[in-house]
Amino acid sequence: MTWDDMQPLLWTATQETFQMVGIATLVTLLLGLPLGVLLVLTDQGGPLRNRVVNKVVGAIVNVGRSLPFVILLVALIPFTRWVVGTSIGWQAATVPLAVGAIPFYARLVESAVRGVDRGLVEAVHAMGGSTWSVVRKALLPEALPALVSALTTTVIALIGYSAMAGTVGGGGLGNLAITYGYMRFETNFMIVIVIELVLLVAAVQLVGDLAGRRLSHRGGPASLLARLRRA
Amino acid sequence: MITTKGLTKVYRAGDRQVTALDGVDLHVREGEVYGVVGTSGAGKSTLIRCVNMLERPSSGTVTVDGLDLTALPGGEHRAGRELREARRRIGMVFQHFNLLSSRTVQQNVELPLEITGLDRHARRRKAAELLDLVGLADKARSYPGQLSGGQKQRVGIARALAGDPKVLLSDEATSALDPETTRSILRLLRDLNQQLGLTVLLITHEMDVIKTVCDSAALMRGGRIVESGTLTDLLADERSELARELFPLSEFGTGRPDATVLEITFQGDSSGRPFVSQLARTYQIDVNILGAAVETVGGKLVGRMRVELSGSHRDNVVPIGYLREQGLQVDVLTNTVNGAVA
Ligand SMILES: Nc1ncnc2c1ncn2[C@@H]1O[C@H](COP(=O)(O)OP(=O)(O)O)[C@@H](O)[C@H]1O
Ligand SMILES: [Mg+2]
Repeated sequence: MTWDDMQPLLWTATQETFQMVGIATLVTLLLGLPLGVLLVLTDQGGPLRNRVVNKVVGAIVNVGRSLPFVILLVALIPFTRWVVGTSIGWQAATVPLAVGAIPFYARLVESAVRGVDRGLVEAVHAMGGSTWSVVRKALLPEALPALVSALTTTVIALIGYSAMAGTVGGGGLGNLAITYGYMRFETNFMIVIVIELVLLVAAVQLVGDLAGRRLSHRGGPASLLARLRRA
Repeated sequence: MITTKGLTKVYRAGDRQVTALDGVDLHVREGEVYGVVGTSGAGKSTLIRCVNMLERPSSGTVTVDGLDLTALPGGEHRAGRELREARRRIGMVFQHFNLLSSRTVQQNVELPLEITGLDRHARRRKAAELLDLVGLADKARSYPGQLSGGQKQRVGIARALAGDPKVLLSDEATSALDPETTRSILRLLRDLNQQLGLTVLLITHEMDVIKTVCDSAALMRGGRIVESGTLTDLLADERSELARELFPLSEFGTGRPDATVLEITFQGDSSGRPFVSQLARTYQIDVNILGAAVETVGGKLVGRMRVELSGSHRDNVVPIGYLREQGLQVDVLTNTVNGAVA
């Protein structure tokens, strides 16, 4: 295969990968973030402490996290068909991707939010804030750099999973790698695809790191280090 | 302004339980600076946290500015609407400042106003005013991470004042600061108390803090208040442990066994009068000074002197009466031989 043959295929597959990872990320953020926050709030010592809710949500998240992605991919087929009307193509792949990533992100969110100084929660309570104020004014803004880095990790995991989904008809770069690189022994094409995936992951990591650094560039520990280095 | 009655707090951790507060009756009058002092673990933090219901007392009542907070619904972490509104009128400052690192100084001060729902314009104006009041107008755009400890606490104080509270609670606000900075923060608290008529309840483990800013003080031990009162009254009480610590005299001599040893405490304007020489002249007696000290306690000059008069207590009844007539507080120290007690 020549580069000219590869290019249109690569372009389409890249778009598909972007779409499924993008949508899955969005859904993960929308559901994983509240879930992670809920885990902290309902824990003992949290403002909404509730053993039952905490244990149930925790258990669901744990099961979701421990299921191998390949199993999820197959097991969710009926659900996927119900949600998007089909079980093949990149659209179908977004469902298991999101379902797999939500508990993953939720746990990362939980630990990020847990890292926020309890004194801040207390300060908001002392000034007459509600639980919602605590979340919106203290927990989320203070955990933001950690939440961004958690999202970066999640997106990178999603790119990996999306390649896996591709191998079972999910479209995207993974699909391309299987149909051409593996089944048709196009080794060069395979190498190109792998390089693209590596670059993609590196780019996401870079953007995530930059964003995280910018957000925490507030004279906190990060800039203290910077100051020390300058001194 | 703040009254607690029979305040009890029991923490349960599994089958173990800790009684952090054991029937605390506290009365803080409007416009005074009230200090609670005690060693670590005495229950001071628990007490101050009960005042704004960050901690629900196990029993007893807390009244702040006429409102019984214990009667308001809601748990400690999930306060009902009324309790949240009551808390907005009670400022609180913390040992570790508890500022949001993600917000600028100005935004930190605006936080309570956002919670109250004030509009942007009014918030900004109020925050600028408060920062000016605490002397940090030029730091509005800095982040807390760029400030010194003393500056952070000033931001904490500005934030606590955002809701125009009548009461300010301070939980070891100066314990993380060096002595110099501590003094400047205490001076600020004192100024705010005087300028705004703010009632301040502060807790500390440092006697110096009590001495510098407080009008009244209480000593806590094992979850109980073992003594309390205005500094003036405490200093006038020879048995007061607080007074001993505020004004230690232990290094003074105890005198000869056949003499009468007096401890004379004078406050305010009586400190300037030459009563020792007057005493000696009027009664033709020898007065031997064993020790003396003058200090500023709660903004007032307080002196204490230990003197020795020859002869027994009975021989000296008249001179002692004379001193008391001068408005001085005179305690006759128990002496090993004549066993005289005031
Ligand atoms: N949340 C808690 N759970 C269990 N015990 C506590 C808790 N908070 C305080 N205590 C206990 O209550 C006692 C008083 O604590 P505290 O009020 O913090 O004292 P202080 O502020 O005077 O040092 C201590 O024995 C402490 O261990
Ligand atoms: Mg304490």
